[in-house]
Amino acid sequence: MKPTNIKDPEYFHKVVDCQYACPAHTPVPEYIRLIAAQKYTEAFMINWESNVFPGVLGRTCDRPCEPACRRGRVEEEPVAICRLKRVAADNKGEVKHLMPQAPFPSNGKKVALIGGGPASLTAARDLAPLGYELHLYDEWGKGGGMMRTQIPAFRLPEAVLDEEVNFVLDMGIHTHFNTFVDSMKEILDKDYDAVFVGTGAPKGRSLEIEGYEEAKDNIHIGIEFLASVAFEHKESVGKKVIVLGGGNTAMDCCRTSKRLGGKEVTVVVRSPRQDMKASPWEIEDAEREDIIIHNNMPPKRFVVENGKLKGVIFGKVRAEYDENGKRKLIPTGEPDMMIEADDVIVAIGQDNAFPWIEKDIGIEFGKWNVPVLDKVTFQSTLDKVFFGGDAAFGPENVITAVAHGHQAAVSIDLFCSGKSVNERLAPMTNLISQKMGIHEWTYDNHIESDLRYLVPHEDKNISLKDRKVEVELGFDLGIGFKEAQRCLNCDVQTVFTEDLCIECDACVDVCPTDCITFTNNGEEQDLRSRLNAPAENMTQDLYVSDTLLTTRVMIKDEDVCLHCGLCSERCPTEAWDMVKYLYNTTKTYTKNGKGDCC
Amino acid sequence: MSYLKPKFHHPSLKPNKVGFIKSDYEGVISTLCAGCGHDSISGAIIQACYETSIEPHKLAKLSGIGCSSKTPTYFLSNSHGFNSVHGRMPSITTGANMANKDLIYLGVSGDGDTAAIGMGQFVHAIRRNLNMVYIVMNNGCYGLTKGQDSATADFGSISKAGSSNPYPGIDLCGLALELNATFVGRSFSGDKTQLVPMIKAAMAHPGFAFLDVISPCVTFNNNKGSTRSYSHVRAHIEETSLFDFVPHQDEITVDYDEGTVTKLELFDGSSIHLSKLAPEWDPTDRFSAVNRLHAAKSKGNVLTGLYYIDVESEDLHVKINTVDKPLNKLTQEELCPGQSQLDVINDSFR
Repeated sequence: MKPTNIKDPEYFHKVVDCQYACPAHTPVPEYIRLIAAQKYTEAFMINWESNVFPGVLGRTCDRPCEPACRRGRVEEEPVAICRLKRVAADNKGEVKHLMPQAPFPSNGKKVALIGGGPASLTAARDLAPLGYELHLYDEWGKGGGMMRTQIPAFRLPEAVLDEEVNFVLDMGIHTHFNTFVDSMKEILDKDYDAVFVGTGAPKGRSLEIEGYEEAKDNIHIGIEFLASVAFEHKESVGKKVIVLGGGNTAMDCCRTSKRLGGKEVTVVVRSPRQDMKASPWEIEDAEREDIIIHNNMPPKRFVVENGKLKGVIFGKVRAEYDENGKRKLIPTGEPDMMIEADDVIVAIGQDNAFPWIEKDIGIEFGKWNVPVLDKVTFQSTLDKVFFGGDAAFGPENVITAVAHGHQAAVSIDLFCSGKSVNERLAPMTNLISQKMGIHEWTYDNHIESDLRYLVPHEDKNISLKDRKVEVELGFDLGIGFKEAQRCLNCDVQTVFTEDLCIECDACVDVCPTDCITFTNNGEEQDLRSRLNAPAENMTQDLYVSDTLLTTRVMIKDEDVCLHCGLCSERCPTEAWDMVKYLYNTTKTYTKNGKGDCC
Repeated sequence: MSYLKPKFHHPSLKPNKVGFIKSDYEGVISTLCAGCGHDSISGAIIQACYETSIEPHKLAKLSGIGCSSKTPTYFLSNSHGFNSVHGRMPSITTGANMANKDLIYLGVSGDGDTAAIGMGQFVHAIRRNLNMVYIVMNNGCYGLTKGQDSATADFGSISKAGSSNPYPGIDLCGLALELNATFVGRSFSGDKTQLVPMIKAAMAHPGFAFLDVISPCVTFNNNKGSTRSYSHVRAHIEETSLFDFVPHQDEITVDYDEGTVTKLELFDGSSIHLSKLAPEWDPTDRFSAVNRLHAAKSKGNVLTGLYYIDVESEDLHVKINTVDKPLNKLTQEELCPGQSQLDVINDSFR
């Protein structure tokens, strides 16, 4: 194999599994260390700069970082990254003065942001300090988008959301609330230099099977149901509620129903449990509230009696997968099952909807009614219009919308400055040795053997009575500290310098997880089979040195490296060093506006 | 400074035949200088014991005084151990071995502990063919007292302070061959591919198995002009042969080319495979081993690998005809069979 090019910013980035997996690439280990040091404000600000909504995400994030966490590979459970983010948000001090202070000197450009959700707010936050005049349009009376309309208050208290939305809006954003934009042409006619579309995926799918017409007064679309509850248009449901669908929206709908008077709340999913799209912890939370989940039961028809919904009839199926993993639901032949219901909530997916974009103004749409976009720049076929969030490539999640918002803001800034949107700056990276003495490091390199801590929950008898009582209580400072100590500091990289190595093997002998091997070079597949511990995880790179004096090479399998620094401590020549790697994605906004973050 | 090694191990490393993972054979974290060759030898011992599935309680590690003799703390923490007086490890091992011949005895010593203060003990353990592995971690200097030349330092080797050694060094392998040791080899701490199978073979050998392991002292003897530095040893290494050890319970999976491989069957059914043999050398011919050693030395080279093995070795217990049962397991009745037996013995002298 060729020597690893550690100057490629993506090499070490990939080693920081959590950060790499995060769509917004939040520097996770960096803020976790700050939490352990009780610097909650600083930890919050690192998050805020990267993901704009630390308090929201600390409660509701989809957590792509957690399955990626290295801790999950050396032990069973990953670090509770999401909960730690909340520890930072809940315990932060005064932060407003650390943010860019409006008013900003104008640069003379105007940008319209359609939709007030996470993507638009992120773009707004990134563009405002540069002097853009920003006009944000939303059909609702408050900003936040789906974070407000689709995430129930028992998972995300309104005060938390308001605070973080207002951090952005207070930067001098011109808000046009209660304004439903029904024509793109009108917006374009208003002379904006650029337009950002972050309107989400606002159209919930309905289920018009037999009996729908007669029963439709008691059949609700999931996201519409959640929105009307959030804005207090709907305050009760029937005693018997069926929720159709197996995603997170379904989980939110069933738990909300339980709080609005539903006594027998049942979730019915047509697919098997392992195929449910809901996050495992959301399924757990629903079941903890005595919600029954039936799997393998597709709905067949609504049963109506005397012009009123009586229940739903379900068939029974089993799933079969062909060699490509494609699923088929095969009827089992068991008799159909009727479940009684006063109300049915349909949460089987949501789609993009752009009826308000005229077909002849130059914005092309592709399959599934999503706009044709450049995947990096988010620019549409009409050069001044950019998309982000669920509106761009279909429904995803908050953190993905934030990532889109950052990148669209970069494009908008380049576009408005007359530059090519493809000439984007490289990410800001920095390597800093953590050595303080022969065996002293600036980070806590001792590896805790602790298992993942559980987050405490509010008493069910209290939380089920009031939909605004938050269920998860978050870690207290003590548990937060202990959980933070489980982080392996994967951003503190093991950097190897060939010229200094005397091949004494000290690092090989001390490495607790047998990551390091000195051997003759070869092809990757061959090398992976003859290391001290076989390197079977192909998603993790091998770090290969240049040829050493003995003609061998040093090979380190990044897979289960604990970043404990023992290789470096036992190295007599400092050929190994522990070097903190900071990686910040390109953003237009930075604290001092000079492309230098943190 | 880390005092504890993390408990996690590589998830794909499986337990050996007796159910232990490699870290079960480790000791506490080393306090020797970073980069010390001795740590690599400890690593090789751990590897060898893990791979041959030795039950930790069936092994005793013994040592004297010195950097080398500290190392038993850093490996096999679940085994028996005795840290003796300077140079007296062979006597303690003899005593222990006499009392319980069922254990594997692993003696660890240094060049001072063996070639200076302990020389008298060392030579007699060889002469008696005591069943033990005797590893010398040989760095050519007294690292624990700031690096003075030791008795094994080569003539003319330059110390860190810049002086040239005026005395000829004692070649411990040469001495062991002269004293009829039944297993003699030399290795290098930086060559685990060779060292690990050699330790395994030494543990399988019934009798005195002597391994002189060149182990650079990074702090006091890794300078230019030293003949024990990592770079000097690497530049002057010469192997008797490629060495492999196959335990008796293992099936031989590697295809050896019959023409170039010499196979030596050991007492317990395991075997040593030697390939690419040096010319005019036969591992079972002591005389040819002595010649090979001198030929290499005359070129200024360090000869590593197996030098000599007596495949018909009989250890001290055979020589003095002890009972099969370890002495420490003999009961009062077996040891003291009573007046009637004493009378029989006494009568035989009348």
